[in-house]
Amino acid sequence: MSFFDYFKSKKNNRTASVAKERLQIIVAHERGQREQPDYLPQLQQELLEVIRKYVQISDDMVQVEVDRNDTCSVLELNVTLPEK
Amino acid sequence: MARIIVVTSGKGGVGKTTTSASISTGLAKRGHKTVVIDFDVGLRNLDLIMNCERRVVYDFVNVIQGEASLNQALIRDKRVDTLYILPASQTREKEALTKEGVEKVINELSERFDYIVCDSPAGIEHGALMALYYADEAVVVTNPEVSSVRDSDRILGILQSKSRRAEMGQDPVKEHLLLTRYNPDRVQKGEMLSVADVEEILAIPLLGVIPESQIVLNASNQGLPVILEEESDAGQAYEDAVARLLGEEREHRFMSSQKKGFFSRMFKGG
Repeated sequence: MSFFDYFKSKKNNRTASVAKERLQIIVAHERGQREQPDYLPQLQQELLEVIRKYVQISDDMVQVEVDRNDTCSVLELNVTLPEK
Repeated sequence: MARIIVVTSGKGGVGKTTTSASISTGLAKRGHKTVVIDFDVGLRNLDLIMNCERRVVYDFVNVIQGEASLNQALIRDKRVDTLYILPASQTREKEALTKEGVEKVINELSERFDYIVCDSPAGIEHGALMALYYADEAVVVTNPEVSSVRDSDRILGILQSKSRRAEMGQDPVKEHLLLTRYNPDRVQKGEMLSVADVEEILAIPLLGVIPESQIVLNASNQGLPVILEEESDAGQAYEDAVARLLGEEREHRFMSSQKKGFFSRMFKGG
């Protein structure tokens, strides 16, 4: 190990900040999903099947989300169609 | 009416049973009548940590199924006389813990004890759900490490949606963060998540920080709850955590690295 490697390896070991950043992202994502109704994944799957009768799309091209306000909930459906 | 405290984490191996043993012993040492229940059916270990493995005759499932009375199954601790242990069954299926059965036993215990500590199995399956279902408070045991923190957040979500308090629309389960296996030296070097990092991510109040310590293994080898190692940093950290659980204000200790100087190493043997 050369003199310079000593400083390099020290820097690479400072991984706690990477851990924190990754955790913040994944935890926020999973909390978002937690608040979604249970039927959402199945709804998304069935919508995919219906759309596939007409257009070939991949799984990630249908996004289903529920936004809740005080007075009402909005089901938001985004379908990306493939380029012709 | 007893206060029901679940010790849970999601992830395995973070120190749930060690914590259950120490918290229940700590509560009992202060004169509170305390029972600690092992919910890990099929993989019981609380009996070993509490040094009563050779005194187990009947277990939690026997009581639920009416094969033994509560008195026959409860084991009185030999060190602290207000402490009792209800061991898990080693041979039954986890499904033997029914909601109704657990409720019956908890109600009966509730009349006789001040505190019921429920030692949860790892995971988020049936056994873990049963352990947390009746809880008034939850001690979420977490290591400063990515998978443990993520699983703790998951278990917090379950406490907020699947506990009895959540289902009945009562006040939520009171959540406490207990950070275990904390190594201040590695935190200082930037190699380990700090207390502040974990608090920020999980956003629940901090009950205590248990420093990583050789004492913990030494204690479990002998079946001694760590809190009874009164001279050790880990034992004192558990003592503080119990005090905070009871509402006392205690300053957090053992959170910064204590680099020993040349002289203290020479004269105190490192």
